[in-house]
Amino acid sequence: MPITYTSGEQIEVYRFSIPVTVGVPLLALFLQAFLPRRIFSIFDLPLLVTIFFGMARRNPISGLFTGAAIGLAQDMLGPYPIGIYGIAKTVVGYLASSLGAKLDVENAGARLLITVAFYLVHQAVFFTVARGMVNLTLNWSWSHGILSGLANGIVGMVLYFVLDKFKQRT
Amino acid sequence: MESVLGRYRNLTILVGVLFLQVLGLAVQVKRSVDAEHTRLIRIWAVDAITPLERILVWTQNSTNNVWHNYFFLRGVRAENRQLKEQIQQMRLEQVRLNEDAAQARRLQSLLAFKEQVVMKTVPAQVIGSSGSDLSRSIYIDKGSNQGIAPDMPVITSGGIVGKVLRTYPSTSLVLMINDQSSGVGVLLEKSRLQGVLRGTPEGELVLERVMSDEQVTPGETVLSSGGDQIFPKGFPVGTVMKVSPGKELFLNIKVHPAADLSRLEEVLVLTEKQEREVVAESGGKVRAADILAQRLPSVPDKPATVAGAPVAAAGKLAGTAAAGSIPSAKPGPNGGTKPAAVAGTGTKSAERPALRLAPASTTAESPVVKSSDSDASNGRVPSDGTNRATSSTTKTPEKPAAVPSNPSTPQASPQPAAENNPN
Repeated sequence: MPITYTSGEQIEVYRFSIPVTVGVPLLALFLQAFLPRRIFSIFDLPLLVTIFFGMARRNPISGLFTGAAIGLAQDMLGPYPIGIYGIAKTVVGYLASSLGAKLDVENAGARLLITVAFYLVHQAVFFTVARGMVNLTLNWSWSHGILSGLANGIVGMVLYFVLDKFKQRT
Repeated sequence: MESVLGRYRNLTILVGVLFLQVLGLAVQVKRSVDAEHTRLIRIWAVDAITPLERILVWTQNSTNNVWHNYFFLRGVRAENRQLKEQIQQMRLEQVRLNEDAAQARRLQSLLAFKEQVVMKTVPAQVIGSSGSDLSRSIYIDKGSNQGIAPDMPVITSGGIVGKVLRTYPSTSLVLMINDQSSGVGVLLEKSRLQGVLRGTPEGELVLERVMSDEQVTPGETVLSSGGDQIFPKGFPVGTVMKVSPGKELFLNIKVHPAADLSRLEEVLVLTEKQEREVVAESGGKVRAADILAQRLPSVPDKPATVAGAPVAAAGKLAGTAAAGSIPSAKPGPNGGTKPAAVAGTGTKSAERPALRLAPASTTAESPVVKSSDSDASNGRVPSDGTNRATSSTTKTPEKPAAVPSNPSTPQASPQPAAENNPN
């Protein structure tokens, strides 16, 4: 059973040290910008970090602010107006932490599914804002979206496993 | 009210944060000069990320240099020998291309074309990308301090990469041609069809706006058309990879980029280009219509008389040479070349003098044959660009015998012959 409904008392809430809280998103942004595009372009490391922190902290407010901060930072480095990624990642951060507060998402299979789902949510919000508000001529590709979602899900499982080491029990 | 807000506190904050971001976006979109209003924020972000990237790129390059320049020198001698041979071949090629270019300039001047000349480039190193999957953009290590400005084209030796989107003091953001928001005016090399090249979500290139009834073959080279006012005309953009029916009346043409956009390391930024009208080297006036008419193919005339046969053959020779490709041009007496077509030896016109002159004097056949064979095939014309009647009677090879055929020189063409001319 990959996803289990659990009562609030059963779910553990984690926190992270300040260096991890600041350093991991920055490192993700840096790697996203620095790693060769040929291989790593389909991965969205900042999104994975947003999902991880949201699910681990299980606090919707901190989740949405983490997502907003990471998304806005990503926007600043990109060619599009600032706020598109910010909005998308705010929504994902909020949903991830809300989901984390209700479900046990420690299982690897559950994490894969959730990451794929959140990737698609992220893309949906991104495209809605980019096309609806900013009027960017972006085209949605289902094949690319699903493949990228799966790829991010697989990388996410590994990344979450590594980041689990930095968790501190409250 | 307070209880409602307290109950839905999380949701309220979410809506508030989203509202603020939407507001910020709206301000940027409304003012439509995004770069100006968010410049400071972007500078901070770029300044935070790029120094680290610079250090890493520098370390990576230094390690590579040390390895390749000091340790890994296997096969360098053989490569050196091979490169020397290549240089020799390229020198020959360069001579030919210079001649072709000179010829092209003269033809452009005749047609009053304007050409964009690349005057200055700044080499730059790629230090990072935008950090998002959906945008295809890169950061280079040269910025406004080095004379980089927005909308400058960025190229590699392979072809076009993109254009400068934003500049910072020491870095610039380059929007690549495979970004979805990018558009490049292009044309197909052989068919000369024009279209717009755009990026796809997968980072591929698609040529748009080509009607489905047009013939486009895979493998055809795609060049920049210059129509976007950013990229100079004639730069390689890619090759046609796949052609399939697209939406509505247009073809779906996938293009493989000429430059390897996913493995960019060094690029060139065209910082200065000049639009200039080409000035002909020769002072004479030759109408472009004449040149085109001479280049048009025609049915070879049958020899009218026995006496005229060699002359007609000479005309054919000259016509073949003139209708041939540009590379047939060879250096002229003044170091440059004259277009083959200017020599007035196009298929149609080349045969006219033969038929006309043959009855007049068979003794003139020899110089006609000689000069047509040598000069016309060499694409030569008198250095002043005018066609002189006397040249047909002189036996110097520099004076093309077929020159009298040129309609722009009425003194060379007797009136009756002109009347008989079907063209």
